[in-house]
Amino acid sequence: MTGPTTVDGVPLDATPRPGQCLRTWLREHGHHAVKRGCDAGDCGACTVLVDGAAVHSCLYPAVRAAGAAVTTAAGLPEGPDDPRPRFAAAAGFQCGFCTAGMVTTAAAAPGPPSDPTARGRALQGNLCRCTGYRSIADALDGRATVDAGPAGAVGDSVPAPAAERIVRGAEPYTFDGEAPPGLAHLVVVRSPHAHARITRIDTRAAVALPGVLAVLTHENTPSVLFSTARHESRLDDPDDTRVLDDVVRFHGQKVAAVVGTDLAAAEAGARAVVVDYEPLPAVLDAETARAAPPIHDGKTASRIADPARNVVAALHEGVGSIDAGVAEARAAGGAVVTGTWRTGRVSPASLETHGSRAWLDDDGRLVVRSSTQVPFLVRDELARVLGRPPESVRVLTARVGGGFGSKQEMLTEDLTALATLVTGRPVQWELTRTESLTATPTRHPMRVAVTVAARPDGTLTALAIDVLSDAGAYGNHSPGVMFHGCHESMALYRCANKRVDAEAVYTTTPPSGAFRGYGLGQVQFGIESALDDLARELGLDPFELRRRAVVRPGDPFVASADPADHPDDLAFGSYGLPECLDLAQAALARDGDPAPTGPTWRVGEGMASTMIATIPPRGHRAQAVVALDAGRYRVRVGTAEFGNGTATVHTQIAASALGARPDQVELHGGDTDAVDVDTGAFGSTGTVVAGTAVARAAEALAGELRDKAAARLGVAPADCTLGPDGVTAADGRRVDLADLSGARGEGAHGGSPRSVAFNVHAVRVAVDTATGEVRILRSVHAADAGVVINPQQCRGQVEGGVAQGIGTALYEEIRLDDAGRVTTRVLRDYHLPQFADVPRTEVLFADTVDALGPFGAKSMSESPYNPVAPAIANAIRDAAGVRPRRLPMTRDRVWELCREADLPE
Amino acid sequence: MDLLTVETFARPTDDDALRALQPTLGADRTLLGGGTWLFSVPQPHLAGVVDLAGLGWEPLVAAGDGLTVAATTTLAALGDVDPSSYPAWPAVASFRGCAEALVGSRKVRQVATVGGNVCLALPAAPMITLAAVLDATATIWLPDGRSRTAPVVDLVAGPQRNALAPGEVLRSLHLPAVALRARTALRKASLSPLGRSAALLAGRRGEDGFVLAVTASLPRPAVLRYDDVPTAGALAADVAAAGETVGGGWYDDPHGSPAWRRAMSLLFAEEIRRELGGTG
Ligand SMILES: Cc1cc2nc3c(=O)[nH]c(=O)nc-3n(C[C@H](O)[C@H](O)[C@H](O)COP(=O)(O)OP(=O)(O)OC[C@H]3O[C@@H](n4cnc5c(N)ncnc54)[C@H](O)[C@@H]3O)c2cc1C
Ligand code: FES
Ligand code: FES
Repeated sequence: MTGPTTVDGVPLDATPRPGQCLRTWLREHGHHAVKRGCDAGDCGACTVLVDGAAVHSCLYPAVRAAGAAVTTAAGLPEGPDDPRPRFAAAAGFQCGFCTAGMVTTAAAAPGPPSDPTARGRALQGNLCRCTGYRSIADALDGRATVDAGPAGAVGDSVPAPAAERIVRGAEPYTFDGEAPPGLAHLVVVRSPHAHARITRIDTRAAVALPGVLAVLTHENTPSVLFSTARHESRLDDPDDTRVLDDVVRFHGQKVAAVVGTDLAAAEAGARAVVVDYEPLPAVLDAETARAAPPIHDGKTASRIADPARNVVAALHEGVGSIDAGVAEARAAGGAVVTGTWRTGRVSPASLETHGSRAWLDDDGRLVVRSSTQVPFLVRDELARVLGRPPESVRVLTARVGGGFGSKQEMLTEDLTALATLVTGRPVQWELTRTESLTATPTRHPMRVAVTVAARPDGTLTALAIDVLSDAGAYGNHSPGVMFHGCHESMALYRCANKRVDAEAVYTTTPPSGAFRGYGLGQVQFGIESALDDLARELGLDPFELRRRAVVRPGDPFVASADPADHPDDLAFGSYGLPECLDLAQAALARDGDPAPTGPTWRVGEGMASTMIATIPPRGHRAQAVVALDAGRYRVRVGTAEFGNGTATVHTQIAASALGARPDQVELHGGDTDAVDVDTGAFGSTGTVVAGTAVARAAEALAGELRDKAAARLGVAPADCTLGPDGVTAADGRRVDLADLSGARGEGAHGGSPRSVAFNVHAVRVAVDTATGEVRILRSVHAADAGVVINPQQCRGQVEGGVAQGIGTALYEEIRLDDAGRVTTRVLRDYHLPQFADVPRTEVLFADTVDALGPFGAKSMSESPYNPVAPAIANAIRDAAGVRPRRLPMTRDRVWELCREADLPE
Repeated sequence: MDLLTVETFARPTDDDALRALQPTLGADRTLLGGGTWLFSVPQPHLAGVVDLAGLGWEPLVAAGDGLTVAATTTLAALGDVDPSSYPAWPAVASFRGCAEALVGSRKVRQVATVGGNVCLALPAAPMITLAAVLDATATIWLPDGRSRTAPVVDLVAGPQRNALAPGEVLRSLHLPAVALRARTALRKASLSPLGRSAALLAGRRGEDGFVLAVTASLPRPAVLRYDDVPTAGALAADVAAAGETVGGGWYDDPHGSPAWRRAMSLLFAEEIRRELGGTG
C-alpha cells in the first residue's frame, strides 16, 4: 500500500467489506456519480478510473483499490482533455444514466478515436439505450450541436437544463442522494416453476436470521386484485394480479419479499425461505393457449375477455368484405399477398432498472420515490391496494434513467410501501439486471397473418390481419397494446374492405407490457412486409405504392370499424406523409457506405411507412402551474423526465411564452404534490399534452403580468411587452419582474383532440449469403413531427428509436427454455445494440405545422421505432431474394433463409 | 456486484503464502484472478476468496524453448504484446486477435486474467483457443506443494467445467517455441460485430505441420493435426466429424444456432486453410 485511497482527490479512509466491489463502496461513501446499469461488467455506467485506467467498478474488488487514486465523473480534471463539456455541447445523452460512465471511459482513451472501428472498440463496454450513439460520437469528436446562445425559444436546440449536472454525474436519479437513516433493503424470492400453486411457505428460518426485519408473502399482504399497468382509466387494464399470489404463473414470479437491515441480510433471508409448490400445467405456446387449462380461472370481475379460453382481449370486426376485395383485385389483374410474420420478446432495458424507495414522512404520510413514468397513477393504485386515501400517499420521481414505456407500470412500489408499513423503516428495492431481464414486462411477441390485395395501380382492395398476441402471465397492457397495434397500422391505408381478427392470450411466461410503439411495431412489421411483397408483385416501387395507398386529409381513419359506429377524436392536424416519402426516397438514393465485395454479398433496399396518433385515446390529462417568484419562473408540472426531453421542451415553451431566458425557468416535475392531476409521461405525450398545459399556464401568467403592469403604468395591456427583465410599455417605462412576484398562471390539457404523426424509414443493406451477416450501408428516416421545438432533441429521439428498432430487427430476444425459464439473464446474453452495431441515420423532418399541438408540434418519441424492422426486412428481401418472417433477423436465421433458397455459401 | 456472503479476502504476497492457503480452497473458498467473472454473477456459495493479484508473478517470460505466460497476466497485457519484439515468433501476432475476441470491453480485458479465462472454461474463452492452437502446456500447483503439467486443452472438461482438482492453482501456460515459429490465422463468427464468439477458429502452419483449433462452436475445443496442410475435403470432413464427437455436438446457447455454428466452423476452417497456404 502506497498511501491513502483517494476518490476525486479526497482521501477515503474506510475499509471495504471482503466481497465488496468498488462500485458499492464508492456509492456507500456518497460518490453517486457511479451508476449501476447491470452490476456485471456489461454496461459501463459504473466506469471509474483507478490510477488512470478505466475499469468497471462493479467488477473491481474494492479491496484492490487500497492506496489507489480513484476518479469518478465528478472528479475528472478540467481542461482541454475534459470530455464533459463536449458531452454537454453535443447533447450526448437523453436520460443521462449512461453519461457518467461514458465520460470516464472517454477520459481514459488517448484522444478522440480516429476511425469508427476504433471508436466502436473504445465504447465496447458502454451501453446507451437512449441515444443511438450519434450524439455520443459527436461528443467524442468535439462537435457542438446545441445552441450556446441565450435565446432558447421554440425551434432552438436548447441544451437540457440538467446537462451540466449530468455530465458530472451530479444529477440525482432514484437511488442517488443521501440514504434515509435506517434504510432497509428488500430481496424477492422467485418462482422456479412456470406454473404452480404454493402449498406452503415456511418463513420461520428466515425471520430468525440476524438482520431480517420482515418476510412478506401472500399470507400477510393484501389479496386485492389490480393491474400493474397504469392508465388514466384504471378500467383499461384487467385486474388479474396480486401483490404476492398463492399461484405463480411464470418462472421468476415474486413469491415472497424479505426485508433486511442490509442487502446481505435480506439475501440470506431469501435463501432461507422454504416454499413447497404443486406444479400446474405450463402453457408456454400462445398458439395452443386457448385450448389449454385456464390460467386465471374464475376471475370473472377482472375485465378479462374470456378467462376460460385464456383470452385477455379480443377484437373481431371489419368493414366491407375481404373476399370481395380479393376477388376484385384478381379480376382486375392485380395481386394478392398473404403471409405470416412473428416478432420476438424484447426487453425495454432502460439503463436504470425499476426500483423504488419508500418511507414515512414526519406526518406519517407514505412517501415513495420511484423510477416511474406515472407517479400520479401509481399513487392512486397504491392507495387502492393499500386501502388508504390517496392523500395519504405521495409518489415522486428523481430524474428517471430511461423507461420507454416499461415504467408505465406499478412493479415495485407495492412491495416497498408494504415493507415500510410493516417495519416502520425506509425500504428500498432496486431490481437487479437479471430481475429486469427475466421478470419485468417485455414487448408482446406477436404472430401477425396478413392478407392484402390491390388493383394493378396499387389501389388496395382488401387488407386483413389476424393477430395473436402473447400476453404472458398477466394481462396488464395487453388490451391496449392489441387495440393500438391494430389501429394506426391499419388506418394508415385507404381500403374499402378491412378486417381485424386479434386476440391477446395468457401463457405462463413472463408478462408482456408497454414498450415504445405500443404494439404498432409488431403489427406494422407484418403489414409493411406484406405491402413490400405486394409492390413487388405489382411491379411498383414501394414508395410509390405507399403514395397511392395511404390515407389523406378528408379520409376517415378506418382500422376495422366504420367511423359512424366508432366516432373518435383523431384528426389530421397536419399531413407530412407525402413529404416524408419524398425525403426518404431521395436521401436513400444518395450517399452510404460502399458495399462489401465478394461473391456472397448481395445489396438491396427497403422501406416502410408508419402512422401514430399523437396522444393515447380516452383521455390523457396534464396540469401545470407557473408562478413568478423573485424574478424566476417556477413551473410545476406532474410529468417526470425520463430522457424524453420534456424538461427541456417545457422550459423552452415557458420561456417562449414569457419572453424569458431558459435559465430564468425552474422546473419541478414528477411529484404528486406538484399539481393535482397528471396522467403521466407515456404515449409520447410529454410535448403535446403536458407541453400544452405548460404553454397555457405560461400564457395565462404572461397575460396576468401584462395586466398588472399595465394597471400600474396606466396604459393598455396590449401596449405592454413582456421580456426577461420585466414588462415594458410602448413609451419605454418598465415594471421589473421583481415587483410582480406572486403572480401565477394555470393551464391544463385533457388529451383531446388528437393528431397523427408519420414516419418513413429506408435502408440499403448488404447481406452475406454465406454467413447471414446483414450490414446497414445507408439508413435514413423522415418524420413528420410538425414544428420541431428542439431540433437536436427531436433528432435524438428519432435516432434512439431507430437504434432500438435495429436492436429488435437484428439482435434482441429474450429467450425461454422448454421449462419457461429465461435463458438470456445478463446483458452479455441479451444483446443491446452497442456503438459498433448502430449506423449513422440521416434524420429529415417534414415541414408542417400541426393545428392541434403546442406551437404546431406533434409528439415524436415512440413512432421512429416502428418502421425500422420492416424496412430492414424489406431490404434483406430485396438483396437476397429471401423473405424474413421472424424477428430478430439474427445472422443464424438469415443464414438459414439463404440455405433454404440455395444461395452461395 | 457485491459478493455478499464473502467474509474473508486473503491476499498472499508471495508464493509460500499462496502454497499455505491452497489446502483451504474448496467449494466455499476460491481463487480470485481478475474477478471479472466472479464479480459478474452472484456467488452465494462463497465465503472467502484468495486473491492472486498480489503475488507479483512476471507476466511473460521468454526463453529459448518458448514463452511462459503467468496465469495472472491480463488479457490486455497479452494482447498488447508487440509482435515485432519477437521476430522469430510470428505466432505472437495472434495474441491481439485472441484477446480482443473476448466480448468484454478493454476495461474488462485490463483486469481479466489468462488463468481465469482458461479456468472458467467457457466455450467462448479465447485464451483456450490460443492455448489450443499453440499446444500450450499448463503448469499446475497442487495443494500438497508439488506441481504437475498438462496440455491446456485437457483442462477443459466442458462448458464452465475445468479439470482442476480442489485446491489446485493454474500457475502458468507455456507456449512452445516450435508453435510460436508458425504462422497463424484466426476467424471469429458472432451474431453481432463485436459479439460473443459463436465460433472461434485458429490455425497454425509451421515446421511441425498444420493445426486447427475449433472452439466456441463446440462445448470444448477440438484440435485437428496434420503433417501438412490437408485438402479442403479432408479438413471439412474432420471438422464435421469433430462436431459429432467432441463434447456432445455443436454448441447451443443464445449466441447462435448449432447448425449455423457448424457452417461457420466449416467456412472458417477452409478460409484458414487457404490463408495458410492450402490449395485445391
Ligand atoms: C462483459 C464481460 C464479457 C465477457 N466475455 C467473455 C468472453 O467472451 N469469453 C469468455 O471466455 N469469458 C468472458 N467473460 C468472462 C470472464 O470475464 C473472462 O473469462 C475472464 O477472462 C476471466 O478471468 P478473470 O481473471 O477475471 O477470472 P475470475 O473471475 O477471477 O475467475 C474465474 C474463475 O477461474 C478461477 N481461477 C482464476 N484464476 C485461477 C487460477 N490461476 N487457477 C485456478 N483457478 C483460477 C476462479 O476461481 C473462477 O472460478 C466476460 C465477462 C464479462 C464481465
Ligand atoms: S454497472 Fe458496472 S458495467 Fe454495468
Ligand atoms: S442517455 Fe444513455 S442510457 Fe439514457
